[in-house]
Amino acid sequence: MDAKELITNKVKENFSDSIVEITDFRNDLSIVILPNKILELAKFLKENDELSFLMCKDVTAIDWATRKKRFTVVYHIYSFKLNFNLRIKANLEEEPYRIETVTSIWPSANWYERETYDMFGIEFLNHPDLRRMYMPEGFEYHPLRKDFPLLGIPDSLPLPQKPE
Amino acid sequence: MDKIKKVYSDEKIYKKLLEDNNITIEDALENEMVINMGPQHPATHGVLRLVLRLDGETVLKVVPELGYLHRGYEKMAENMSFIEFIPHTDRLDYTATLCNNVAYVLAVEKLAGIEAPPRAQWIRMIVAELARIAAHMIAIGTFAMDVGAVTMVMWTFRERERIQEIFDRVAGARFTTSYTRLGGVASDIDDEAIKMIKHFLDTFEPGLKDMDDLMLHNRIFIERLEGIGVLSKEDAIAFGVTGPNLRASGVEYDVRKAKPYLFYDQVDFNIPTYKEGDSLARYFLRGDEVRESVKILYQCLEKIPAGEVLANDPKKVLPHKTEIYTKMEELIHDFMIINHGINPPVGDSFFSVENPKGELGFYIVSNGTGQPWRMKIRSPSFCNLQVLPKICQGAMVSDVIAIIGSLDPVMGEADK
Repeated sequence: MDAKELITNKVKENFSDSIVEITDFRNDLSIVILPNKILELAKFLKENDELSFLMCKDVTAIDWATRKKRFTVVYHIYSFKLNFNLRIKANLEEEPYRIETVTSIWPSANWYERETYDMFGIEFLNHPDLRRMYMPEGFEYHPLRKDFPLLGIPDSLPLPQKPE
Repeated sequence: MDKIKKVYSDEKIYKKLLEDNNITIEDALENEMVINMGPQHPATHGVLRLVLRLDGETVLKVVPELGYLHRGYEKMAENMSFIEFIPHTDRLDYTATLCNNVAYVLAVEKLAGIEAPPRAQWIRMIVAELARIAAHMIAIGTFAMDVGAVTMVMWTFRERERIQEIFDRVAGARFTTSYTRLGGVASDIDDEAIKMIKHFLDTFEPGLKDMDDLMLHNRIFIERLEGIGVLSKEDAIAFGVTGPNLRASGVEYDVRKAKPYLFYDQVDFNIPTYKEGDSLARYFLRGDEVRESVKILYQCLEKIPAGEVLANDPKKVLPHKTEIYTKMEELIHDFMIINHGINPPVGDSFFSVENPKGELGFYIVSNGTGQPWRMKIRSPSFCNLQVLPKICQGAMVSDVIAIIGSLDPVMGEADK
């Protein structure tokens, strides 16, 4: 049994009622799960002896702008044992956009989630240190949302005063 | 009080100190102090800002602050075509521009289903390995300079300069190369360039040996770095550290071996690892990797076949400029690709390569148009910096400089 089948079977066995979809595009396996089950799935994938996805490579989000479920949070995780990159997605339902943090399972998610919060305004519940990553404190907008213009919003960043 | 009397032998000062009850030396040392390092600091490798909480000279806590070089490349990528973004990848990790070029085009090619011809892929390997050597040369040199060995940076930059001359010949630019294209590379490498690479490789080994002699017999350097900033295997994996920093902690993970791209499965090379995980191990590891790169380069020069360097896929690959000016068909395709883009199928893909700093990944979401709907850059420096608060805890202030140098972050990439 190759890694793909193993992961698909294991996840289907344990999370049959919360899996939305499992897709395989360009040889990338991705699992779409209900957002309230993300912590359980993460814990399972990391702690299962046959899977052991020890490293979280990336957490990000996609803004679909016009869809009803506007945001998708995307996780990329890696298993040294299977030498396999897995993608997990969770579609967020409605405002306020929030999802449970996975920092307790993969400490590396800390900064990735801060970046996602900064860029998309998605709140990660129980995050130890949810501050903005790149933009200054007090900035009101979230730049990677599709309704934020490419040229920026005038006067959104206060410039230093010209000395008299 | 006796202590003060010993230090301040001057009677006048001693009396003055006795009058002022608020100041004693013991008090001053017991206070915790918050100091700000950077963003404009020569040893932070760019605009990295660290806020340190100190007890005397011991670091209690570090909080890195990023974003001083944030240019919003992900937002810009959403508003330009796939081809237009290639020059912007130069500005990510600006010490190894060609590695980024190769990584980006491979990611788009995976999504769009384009296959570059073999010669182009071997050329990509050659330039990526040369860029890796150049980047490691900077890493080694600046790291040694950070801890006080200023000679080293001169020697490594001398070698790097020779690589830049090869890039000048191959890509037409020394620094901002933008050499790769979707479906191949911009231009073929000629015999002169191959001769330059061969000459560089033959004369590089003695230079490396000189550098080793300089640093490895240097007791000050070794004792300064041994056991400083120890990163355990478990922590390295948990915090998402990749590249030389991960391998210095004893994890044998290299994307070139784990998920071979280009023709890395056809060349013979080792993955050097160290168990110690301290700053010295990270320094040694980069030196070893340079030697492996030299080995790969020799094999590439031997195995590179003749042939085309640009794929024949008119709907997706831009034809060469001389053909556009002389042939009608090519002119039409050029017009279509420039105006409408290459339109990859609806879907998303993640592709990562081994960069000098670690694993650089591109996650691209396409909605079937000429521009990516979303592009996420998984930059290794960003992830490697995350471990800094962990390994700086309990170190001295001066060790923080050494640890940053050994982690080798590039802020152009960490801030995107």
